Amino acid sequence: MNHGTALLWKRRALSSLSATRRGLPKEKMTENGMMSRAKVLTIDTINPTVKKVEYAVRGPIVQRAVELERELSQGMKKPFAEVIKANIGDAHAMGQQPITFFRQVLALCSYPELLSDNTFPEDAKSRACRILQSCGGHSMGAYSASQGIDSVREDVARYIERRDGGVPCDPDDIYLTTGASDGIVTMLKLLVCGEGVSRTGVMISIPQYPLYSAALAELGAVQINYYLNEEKCWSLDIPELQRALDEARQYCNPRALCIINPGNPTGQVQSRKCIEDVIRFAAKERLFLMADEVYQDNVYADGCQFHSFKKVLFEMGPEYSDTVELASFHSTSKCYMGECGFRGGYMELINMDDEVKAQLTKLVSVRLCPPVPGQALMDLVVNPPQPGEPSYDNFIKERTATLSALAEKAKLTEQVLNTVQGISCNPVQGAMYSFPRITIPEKAVKEATEKGQQPDMFYCMKMLEETGICLVPGSGFGQKDGTYHFRMTILPPSDKLKILLDKVKEFHQKFTQQYS
Amino acid sequence: MSVLQEISQNVKSIKQLDYAVLARRANQIQKELSQGVRKPYKELIDLCWGDPHSMDVKPLTFVRQVLAACVYPELMSSHKLPLDVRQRAQWLLGRCDGGSVGSYLAPTGIPEIVQRMSESIRRRDGGVPCNPDNIFISPGSQWSLTNIIQVLVNNEAPLRTGILTPVPCHVTTIMSIKSLGAAVIPYFLSEEHGWALQVEELQRALESAKGGCNPVALYVINPGNPAGYVQSRKSIQEVIQFASEKRLFLLADEVYQDCVYGKNSEFVSYKRVLAEMGPPFSDTVEVASFHSVSKGFMGECGLRGGYVELVNLDPNVVKYIFNLICKDSTTPVLAHFAMDLMMNPPRPGDPSYPLYNQVRNATAHEVVNSLPGFSCQPVEGGAFVLPRVFLPPRAIQKAKEEGMQPDTFYCMRLLEEMGVLVSPGCEYGQKEGTYHIRFCIMASQDIIDEVLKRLTTFHTKFMKDFS
Repeated sequence: MNHGTALLWKRRALSSLSATRRGLPKEKMTENGMMSRAKVLTIDTINPTVKKVEYAVRGPIVQRAVELERELSQGMKKPFAEVIKANIGDAHAMGQQPITFFRQVLALCSYPELLSDNTFPEDAKSRACRILQSCGGHSMGAYSASQGIDSVREDVARYIERRDGGVPCDPDDIYLTTGASDGIVTMLKLLVCGEGVSRTGVMISIPQYPLYSAALAELGAVQINYYLNEEKCWSLDIPELQRALDEARQYCNPRALCIINPGNPTGQVQSRKCIEDVIRFAAKERLFLMADEVYQDNVYADGCQFHSFKKVLFEMGPEYSDTVELASFHSTSKCYMGECGFRGGYMELINMDDEVKAQLTKLVSVRLCPPVPGQALMDLVVNPPQPGEPSYDNFIKERTATLSALAEKAKLTEQVLNTVQGISCNPVQGAMYSFPRITIPEKAVKEATEKGQQPDMFYCMKMLEETGICLVPGSGFGQKDGTYHFRMTILPPSDKLKILLDKVKEFHQKFTQQYS
Repeated sequence: MSVLQEISQNVKSIKQLDYAVLARRANQIQKELSQGVRKPYKELIDLCWGDPHSMDVKPLTFVRQVLAACVYPELMSSHKLPLDVRQRAQWLLGRCDGGSVGSYLAPTGIPEIVQRMSESIRRRDGGVPCNPDNIFISPGSQWSLTNIIQVLVNNEAPLRTGILTPVPCHVTTIMSIKSLGAAVIPYFLSEEHGWALQVEELQRALESAKGGCNPVALYVINPGNPAGYVQSRKSIQEVIQFASEKRLFLLADEVYQDCVYGKNSEFVSYKRVLAEMGPPFSDTVEVASFHSVSKGFMGECGLRGGYVELVNLDPNVVKYIFNLICKDSTTPVLAHFAMDLMMNPPRPGDPSYPLYNQVRNATAHEVVNSLPGFSCQPVEGGAFVLPRVFLPPRAIQKAKEEGMQPDTFYCMRLLEEMGVLVSPGCEYGQKEGTYHIRFCIMASQDIIDEVLKRLTTFHTKFMKDFS
């Protein structure tokens, strides 16, 4: 019997009581803790798909980390002095410095009276003026067009053309978004349709960034998993894509293929050949390609290079470049900027049908427009200081320092983790994370299962309680059955990262011993 | 054929706006003007959106100084900025991870800021308690509204979920409802009674929905948009009683709560009235109240900041709302700071206080009302004026010939001849056979004066031409 029915019975029972008893004031009923009516919104009446949404990056382990932080600040004694949140790709939270030029321009845009302040360089001022001219009433507080400020979209298009060696880009194909996540969710909202066996299926990599699985659950779309190959440095195998697709065709209508390059959580940078193969596969199987390329500047390993899906597509000739439908996503949150809090992003749509675009334009107008400061920041990212300009030297210095620090930390992480018996870490070729495989002793797996926890969640929780280090268990991203991983960011400052890695090593050894 | 040819039915069901036609023409005219083409006017004035800054209303200095200092903390060491600005910026930055506005916000916001927001809400509501755990921040009230509607909608149920919405109603709410696959159940506001919300009409609307959809919620907007009413306490009580009786979830859109002009009008929140009604209402009626940094004195539409406060929701449901928001956690840090600045402005004695004070005047409706062929209900609050235009039959005929709604035709003519862009009433819904236009009055006095001048000239000629 559900809650609602129980209440109904209680009410009926009461109404059959004698008149005097029935005359009990409603206040008394409420004081007894009895609800005088069932709620409209209960877990039985809410949208069923909402119940399926989970997001590991901010899930229970993070909530526990926040609790521990509070306990520490209240003076409770712990085996560690601070909680280190190595779970989320938040560079500034870990001490990375913003790019001075960007912040100067944004400050000028926020409070234009500063344009008369001589401590700001001339190029920052002229950039701020240019941005403000494109804003209603010359203010970042005015709404922009839903698709984004025209001049920013033009600048984004020019950036893409430069990046892709001249492949043309139409500003009309650019949509500015509230971070890349917003663009991804919007595209999924647009394309998910159908019922039963014709319900839209979307292919996502395992392991994957859990925004995808959460969005698919929320939209009631079918998630189609294709496994990345851990033994081959998390590469993408076409036979595996084919297997996943063929199987899925039996129970849904697969229409899109999502790929994250450079990868999250895996950090692999796909080879050019791999990208060509994926494009050929999408063309043959008539799949919409969603290329999440937010880490495009985060490439560290020798021999690795970022190849944009669009560039490769166009270099494959008109048979593909005229037909394959592709969406590419970028953001101000990663790379060398790390400006997560501004919620800046864009998506480029290639070969999208005009009618579909009209529908998309309608959809984005429901949320009015993306945050204007984020749009302004994106404008600066695609249009940074040029040689000869006053801010150029400092800009290059800061950008190089940030990216080379990340490269060092990527190497350090791989090195240290691979010295640990029972931890095996693929090279961190790009992005911001390591996703090492861990061996968890049988006894621990058993204890975890008894507790109703995934074994790697159990492992990570223990690590959190004993070392204060917060990581995300691999089960949050998906992994091959029987394997366990964790995702750890490479973002803490180098000296802290060294300590962190040593603590992880120590913990793993202790844990393995304890459960041997 | 495109892979994407099949798309979500929900998205397809979102109606194309009449405004789109007007906007396209406005863009063309703008281009022509910049190319030097001669027109009876030098510049276009677009009053379609509730966007004060684009209409020369200046941002608040205190707000912009604090935001600039947060973005570029080097500014805090100079004494160019007032002390209270520097202190506030320092406090806000101190609450961010890594001391930077570039770090992610926790999905439910910075606890100290949300705590202050809850205290401000408690002050607003004369002491009615406010639990910060029931406040969820977002990139704008429409974002929050969409999330809450999403929780309400059940696409697996045999009957479509229905939401009672006013006529007239601003478009983004209708679009949100449709985009989630829910049905709009219209209830007509009574124009003759100052756009009053009448319970009998709510009853009629609810009846009409029987068998067609499953009504679960009632959306109200107070102060109104597009109609500029401010609900009386009595009216709010009636709505709450109705919602309680009919077991409806209340969606209370209160983004214009700081825009009240009528001498006899006062904003009272749904939450406050609910609390003052006492049990059983106060413990049981479920309400979601929406607010934003886009309106009011700040008018910071471009920052994208808002929140929803949930009242009397089942804690298990709130847990799922939290999950939903975690995935969607995407409020800009600057917008969250703006919420703090909006709800905790400078106080008397603070260096920035004298400059901070502003007075709002809305007299646009008086001029409009004086024009024959126009009838305008008093604008007590909100950002818009929604006068009724009594179009001559010949004009209606001409509109039909040109394939346009009569009020869209009127707006198109106004655009062509006077360079003023306003929206047609058909966009928001109106009683059959009535026509309206809507335009924003949160603009500088100069712009309002200019618009009223052009409108007067145009309207007089239009009525004569089509008499």
